[in-house]
Amino acid sequence: MALSSEVNVLKHEMVPEHSIMSAEDVELLFSTYRIGSEDLPRIYHDDPAVLAIGAKINDVIKIVRKSLTAGRAESYRLVVKRPKK
Amino acid sequence: MPSPKRVGRIEFGLLSPKEIRQMSVRKIIWADTYDDDGFPYPQGLMDLHLGVIDPGLRCKTCSQKAGECPGHFGHIELAKPVIHVGYTRLIRKLLRVTCRECGHLLLSPEEIQKIIGPEEEATGDSLTEKDVKKERICPYCGEQQLKINFEKPTTFSEVTLDERGKKVDNKLTPADIRSRLEKIPNEDLYHLGIEPSVARPEWTILTVLPVPPVTMRPSIILENGQRSEDDLTHKLVDIIRINQRFKENQDAGAPQLIIEDLWELLQYHVTTYHDNEVAGCPPARHRSGRPLKTLSQRLKGKDGRFRGSLSGKRVNFSSRTVISPSPMLSVNEVGIPLSIGNEMTIPVQATTFNLDELRSIIRVGPQRPDLQSPCGANYVIRPDNRRIRLAKGSGPDEGNLELIAEQIEPGWIVERHLRDGDIVLFNRQPSLHRMSIMAHLVRLMDGKTFRLNPAVCPPYNADFDGDEMNLHIPQNEDARVEAALLASVQENILSPRFGGPIIGGIHDHISGIFLLTHTVRWFVKDEVICLFRNNDILEQMGTPGKVEDGVPYWSNKQVFSKILPSDLNMVFRASSCDGCDECVRETCERDAYVKIVDGQLLCGTIDKKAVGAFDGTILHRIIRQYGQARAANFIDDVTRLSIRGIMHDGFTFAIDDEDLSRSDYGSILEVLDRAKEDVERRIQIFEDGQLEPMPGRTPEETLEMQIMQVLGRARDRTGEIAGSHLGLSNSAVVMAVSGARGSMLNITQMAGCVGQQAVRGERIMRGYEDRTLPHFQKGDRGADSHGFVMNSYRSGLTPTEFFFHAIGGREGLVDTAVRTSQSGYLQRRMINALQDLKVDYDGSVRTTGGRIIQFEYGEDSTDPMKGSFGEPVDVEGIVENVLKEEV
Repeated sequence: MALSSEVNVLKHEMVPEHSIMSAEDVELLFSTYRIGSEDLPRIYHDDPAVLAIGAKINDVIKIVRKSLTAGRAESYRLVVKRPKK
Repeated sequence: MPSPKRVGRIEFGLLSPKEIRQMSVRKIIWADTYDDDGFPYPQGLMDLHLGVIDPGLRCKTCSQKAGECPGHFGHIELAKPVIHVGYTRLIRKLLRVTCRECGHLLLSPEEIQKIIGPEEEATGDSLTEKDVKKERICPYCGEQQLKINFEKPTTFSEVTLDERGKKVDNKLTPADIRSRLEKIPNEDLYHLGIEPSVARPEWTILTVLPVPPVTMRPSIILENGQRSEDDLTHKLVDIIRINQRFKENQDAGAPQLIIEDLWELLQYHVTTYHDNEVAGCPPARHRSGRPLKTLSQRLKGKDGRFRGSLSGKRVNFSSRTVISPSPMLSVNEVGIPLSIGNEMTIPVQATTFNLDELRSIIRVGPQRPDLQSPCGANYVIRPDNRRIRLAKGSGPDEGNLELIAEQIEPGWIVERHLRDGDIVLFNRQPSLHRMSIMAHLVRLMDGKTFRLNPAVCPPYNADFDGDEMNLHIPQNEDARVEAALLASVQENILSPRFGGPIIGGIHDHISGIFLLTHTVRWFVKDEVICLFRNNDILEQMGTPGKVEDGVPYWSNKQVFSKILPSDLNMVFRASSCDGCDECVRETCERDAYVKIVDGQLLCGTIDKKAVGAFDGTILHRIIRQYGQARAANFIDDVTRLSIRGIMHDGFTFAIDDEDLSRSDYGSILEVLDRAKEDVERRIQIFEDGQLEPMPGRTPEETLEMQIMQVLGRARDRTGEIAGSHLGLSNSAVVMAVSGARGSMLNITQMAGCVGQQAVRGERIMRGYEDRTLPHFQKGDRGADSHGFVMNSYRSGLTPTEFFFHAIGGREGLVDTAVRTSQSGYLQRRMINALQDLKVDYDGSVRTTGGRIIQFEYGEDSTDPMKGSFGEPVDVEGIVENVLKEEV
């Protein structure tokens, strides 16, 4: 098997933890920040990490990063289609 | 939360010829402006229907006076269509993607589907030139397409093959292009991102030209009574002239060649009327040779409408003058010349409570005679918004002061002068960070300059070599409160950049406090009083440190402790600390181990590390423990004490302070000679081919590195020799050790040896063939011929050394010049991107539209200004303060 097909970006130490959020969690997120999906930061559907966790367009994903200031920081992004060009 | 109204989309359209004629109030046919009587020609460029600019006349369209009439558009009927330069790229794209015969998009419906994507995933993207293959056959009418060439600024041509198969350029006239664009069907335009109801493509080719109202191109009357027309009017005159001539020739049936020339000329004038800086087009010039400022030039660039008139404006209630230092002012204050204080005002609402005070202010009038006298006023505003100027009057003229003082009652507003204690905003450009604008309290002074405490120079990056600064007077209560709470100097002692103090002692403050507190010295009562001459020390000095022969003595550390908060506990190492492997603490021979217990300096020297701007650990601790006001107080105390301290001993410096002994010069020379011999030896090894190259480097590079190293070491060695001779009795050493200014390297260069001059981190290699200067042998690799300066600034440089030194110095100058312009642009882009982000009440960072940028500000919701060098809590400092020990 070719070596390249075995690479899993999620296992790379510099790629933070990505996960798809459940509908309830998304609802909770929207109500705590009083926002709609259009107010979220975005991520393209063909982002390697998005492909790896199998998220679809309009899913909300949760990213947990190591933070220099807080130790652990959570961030949420809406998966959108990459625009042409 | 979402703003009440949201911009859903913005539609950009073109003006159609129909619309242009509809909004026009007059067809313009004459190129002349005014007749001999100075009256505008009817149907000329200054026609009275287009609005009025001369006082006394009335607009023939709206019958309003000059100043009230907004102006109205006219129009010019062009003899033949011309291209609008702003749309040449759109025209090129449209010509290339549509059929030259039937005007359809050169793609079948299936192909369009494939590129745009299925309907449910439509992203609103449109087709581009690249989606259509060149020179294909139209899928609708089968016409063979030709290559379209575009030549700047406005020439389009088609490439055809003549009978011998050679390529020939066929020029397309604007009329040809227009008829092609007319053929493009509306449905195809949607795919190209064009909404045909507001922007038919043929409208990019002008058949009728709008003439802007005279109010936007007013003529000015010079001193000699001559009229001088606006640049736009000049350009319009050109257009009408050529247009008239074109029409006449056309009607007379002139030859094709002449028609074409005139057409091109008309195109040129219309092009430069829109944009006088297009590539490939000589700019239209004024008679004096100055390029005309036409439509595009009015909008573009720094002084254009957007950046110059809309984003930035000039303001009232501001003043600007040279700054100079005044160490006796508090850091919170700013000294203002009386002449400015008499000109700038603050509006005060009259109430029953302040009526008497305001009456006395009015009686002083518009000129306050001296610093001590109470402030006056320049204007009063009546409840009906009438503004009355106060006039003192002289001789028979009584003025109106008494009269108005009697009339005034609650509801009036008095614009009174500045007086001590008013809050004002002080600013120095470039305003690179928030501390570039800070609020100060007014202190009226003699002289003509703004005065500020040198301790606030670092945040403004100000010095006194001719710098000017601006002053703004907040005009209402809200603004003053905001200035005091957010922008005042004491609120900005800590910089959000690194979470430490940015305001603190500089230069002589540091040298002075260092000299005062270094080692242990004893002062008699008179000396202590003298040191505190400028401080407001209210308590007694306390028990003397020692009594000798019945005379009480206080130590220098006791003197300094007097200005510290009484329960401060700190342990740290001063700037003069050498960083020894094993710290001997209290017994440090440099006195660099600072220990403060219960507000008493037990040992150590106070210097840059303790009270300097950027470092100031004591300052920092005082802010965190006792608040900003106490810290501002401490800065005032330290700077005043240190200046008395430096005056106690005196502090001078001259180049012959760097003289060394004969034996020192001998050993310096010896060190340098030995280094040069070492360099020669290495060059010999290299030339014999014996040099072992370092990994990854050529032998030449290895040799260069070795030479640099040897010479660098030699220079450092001379510095050590000089340093061993020069002690703390030398002012330069005091400044370097205390951190006030300069470093030991500067002293080395003055006393020992200037050292290697470098360009881009390498020895100087440029110049003539195989040598830097004609003074040297070709191929010489020695130290002297590549910029090693053996002399010191004290001994003086030889001519070749001086030349090399200038080469090295120039690089530094160029670097700074390039860096400032680059960082300036970087800053501009960053501010444009970030300027309206804000931290919401829930701690998230959002745009004004409510979109989230960061879910928690800085991920930990910590204000860097309230933290301690990046950490939210200074744990070590708190523990230290409780234990009174180093942790």
